Amino acid sequence: MEKVISGKTVKVNEEGYLSDFSQWDKSIAVEIAKEESIAELGPKHWEVIEYLQGQFKQEIPLSIRKISKSGVVDIEEFYALFPQGPLKKASKIAGIPKPASCI
Amino acid sequence: MKRVLILGAGTAGTMMANHLHHELDAKSWEIAVVDHRQEHHYQPGYLFLPFDIYQPEDIIKSTQDFIPRGVQLISEKAEKILTSDKQVLLQNGDFIPYDILIIATGCNIAPEETPGMDGAEWRKSVFDFYTFEGSLALRDKLREWEGGKLVVHITEMPIKCPVAPLEFAFLADSYFKHKKMRDKVEITFVTPLSGAFTKPKATEILSHLLVDKDIQQVNDFGIKKVDNENKQIIDYEGRSVPFDLLVTVPTNKGDALIERSGMGDELNYVPTSKATLQSLSYPEIFVLGDASNIPASKAGSVTHFEAEILTENILHFIKNEPLKAEFDGHANCFIETGNGKALLIDFNYTHEPVEGTFPFPGVGPLRLLKESRINHMGKLAFRWIYWNMLLKGTHIPFVSTTMQTEGKHF
Repeated sequence: MEKVISGKTVKVNEEGYLSDFSQWDKSIAVEIAKEESIAELGPKHWEVIEYLQGQFKQEIPLSIRKISKSGVVDIEEFYALFPQGPLKKASKIAGIPKPASCI
Repeated sequence: MKRVLILGAGTAGTMMANHLHHELDAKSWEIAVVDHRQEHHYQPGYLFLPFDIYQPEDIIKSTQDFIPRGVQLISEKAEKILTSDKQVLLQNGDFIPYDILIIATGCNIAPEETPGMDGAEWRKSVFDFYTFEGSLALRDKLREWEGGKLVVHITEMPIKCPVAPLEFAFLADSYFKHKKMRDKVEITFVTPLSGAFTKPKATEILSHLLVDKDIQQVNDFGIKKVDNENKQIIDYEGRSVPFDLLVTVPTNKGDALIERSGMGDELNYVPTSKATLQSLSYPEIFVLGDASNIPASKAGSVTHFEAEILTENILHFIKNEPLKAEFDGHANCFIETGNGKALLIDFNYTHEPVEGTFPFPGVGPLRLLKESRINHMGKLAFRWIYWNMLLKGTHIPFVSTTMQTEGKHF
């Protein structure tokens, strides 16, 4: 289905994850973050988002454990940045699919 | 003479030994399996042991009995895979060279990954049921337990048999009802996922079952530690869930051999092509079952489908032909729901479990995603199929290797 985020029409799935990463941009990320009750994205947020997108482009499956070992953030910080389901929330904001670590 | 070496004589390794023994020319290929374990356990039985549904003798047989004559079983531990020399070093110091290596070393629980999990309360009020010892200790505990807060918990994904924790919760409900003490037990299901299962339609149905059975659900719980003193589990956001009896599925990791050999990811799983099952780093190495990092369920039924495709691929590899990129992530699992009933789910990488009929489209007799007595009979019959057909590599009639879409309501 389609949704207008930050004035742009993008394709999303039923849970609100972007279906086409090429439609993502930073203003979309800011809008989704607000929907997820994150008022402002700081430098650390962006660092995590870029890391996730990098992994996604290399088709590397993501998990909270992997992120905690990435050197980008530790687990506590990751939860503080993206409270309540940090990996799912951060993935949604980053415009990448819901993590498939859930099999 | 060339050699196929199989590491692990569990479900995956044993099936491959049987398939390849059948297919390879014994004049030019020898097959050897390395596993130090004398016993082969029917692992799905670990779910039933705690509730006295199965006894230990129902689920243990000799490893050797399922290795075909003509295949050598080396009863040693593997120390290291030396990929550049194409050899495996055993703990007794022997080197075994290989032309083709099949890694089937599975995965194990790692409670030490969570602070406090294997602490003072381990196997006193904190239990696992993913090991024989854990499952048996839990049986003894349940026999005398007088009730209180039972917490069924998943630490992190992926885990072997992702539906087993739910089945445990359902069977516990049924067990305490039969013991006429359900009113003394509060059951809570705690998961790092956002719902009861990983796929939306199955989650919806399973969530209803949890509600029907008066099982509380706590989702998105990323455990930080087990607090042994106050008997509670605490997550990264400061939420706590108290327990009198914690039945947890600890972090699952691939075998330590993979780490020693420098071949694994952060959980010791071997990076593997999800379609061909070939190692992403070494063309002569193939990975089967729970040891790989492919995004399919870690379960015997998945391994069974993988083994049929891997057998073909090894024959192609020997003939220098291109591999078939055919594995679709097919999984087929019975989910025990208690009171003598079960659900059946059938899915793959791209199709989630839905309602329908199985294995004959429109006919059944099994119905997908619906609780029934016949599904439960199917689950119990599966133990016979496991010992007598599955391990021996006999094709199970009417069940296709890749998933069928006919007869399903997408």
